[in-house]
Amino acid sequence: MILAVASGKGGTGKTTVAVSLAQVLGSRVQLLDCDVEEPNDRLFLDGRRRAAQVVSVPVPRVDVSACDGCGECGRFCRFHAIVAVQGPPLVFPELCHGCGGCILVCPRGALHESPRRIGVVEVVDAGKVTLVEGRLDVGAALVPPLVRAVKAHLAGDRPAILDAPPGRSCAVVETLRGADAVLLVTEPTPFGLSDLEQALAVARALGLPCGVVVNRVGIGDGRVQAFCRENAVPVLAEVPDDRRIAEAGSRGEPLLDALPEYRGLFQSLLEKATRLAATGSGLS
Amino acid sequence: MKLALTASGETLEAPLDPRFGRAPRFLVFETDTGAFEIVDNQAGVDAAHGAGVQAAETLARLGVRGLVTGHCGPKALTVLVRAGIEVYNTDAKTVAEAIEAYRSGTLVAAEPA
Repeated sequence: MILAVASGKGGTGKTTVAVSLAQVLGSRVQLLDCDVEEPNDRLFLDGRRRAAQVVSVPVPRVDVSACDGCGECGRFCRFHAIVAVQGPPLVFPELCHGCGGCILVCPRGALHESPRRIGVVEVVDAGKVTLVEGRLDVGAALVPPLVRAVKAHLAGDRPAILDAPPGRSCAVVETLRGADAVLLVTEPTPFGLSDLEQALAVARALGLPCGVVVNRVGIGDGRVQAFCRENAVPVLAEVPDDRRIAEAGSRGEPLLDALPEYRGLFQSLLEKATRLAATGSGLS
Repeated sequence: MKLALTASGETLEAPLDPRFGRAPRFLVFETDTGAFEIVDNQAGVDAAHGAGVQAAETLARLGVRGLVTGHCGPKALTVLVRAGIEVYNTDAKTVAEAIEAYRSGTLVAAEPA
């Protein structure tokens, strides 16, 4: 079973939910931090780094002696990463998505693949939780290939929790793809509702079963819950607005270690999410 | 020769858009005759990345020899220079003022870093 934890808005509590779910799972579990631009699951887990892997994308290198400046490569590239305006093409590696198309269309065989590093993936053993963390290099902008590299560590023989980036970007789509269910974490504010609507649209476009976790219940209003009723998306858990949760987070303490009384709430969430993943519907 | 300017509107009185890659349109001015045409740059406005490079390719295709704008980023400048297009930055308020500044010879061509 693969559960993805996502949200339209940042700072709603994805990491809190993802780490807590990993902790209440009875068996060995993989926790994949796919928020590679700002991974933070590791702040809450003590463990030993077992493996590290550098992730690269292939970018074109121009053999100037073989190039006749025909410009086919530049006409092919949708991302303007290789530009032929006069003479041999100019390459902008930071714009390149590594598709290799320019190399295929070059009639002179003047382009070759050369690896460009974008980040690392590290594996940390923290008790029964195996954390796989992707970390994008400073200055690198290409996120989806790094998310794919994190997800390549999915073992398949044990449950996995995917901690997604916020928003509805390519990186989010890459994270959610292939999940058995998506838990959308939101807060009961107009801002939370607006971003929930967008995140739900992405998850539904991918055909994934969705449930909502409303965090900080007690602030804002009831519009998130009303929206969920109207759109037949189940609210799987409501986490109260409890200052102690924020304080534990700011100390880098997992919520369930600091406040064990919340264990039942997350156990119930896990059961409902498991049912959602198994049946494609959280409506019992 | 053809001189491109980044324009907010479609006349010579239009404000000069200070951005290059994400300007809504280019006003391509024929310095010999005073005639001009408008080239849409919605693709640049909508681009997630690489708007400047894309705009530079557009100007190269149009056979432009000079560009007057507010600011042009390093990647776009590299492409423009390779295409033989001189780039001039100005804080002129309108397209007409920018053309005047260009004609007065006071603008200095930008160089790639």
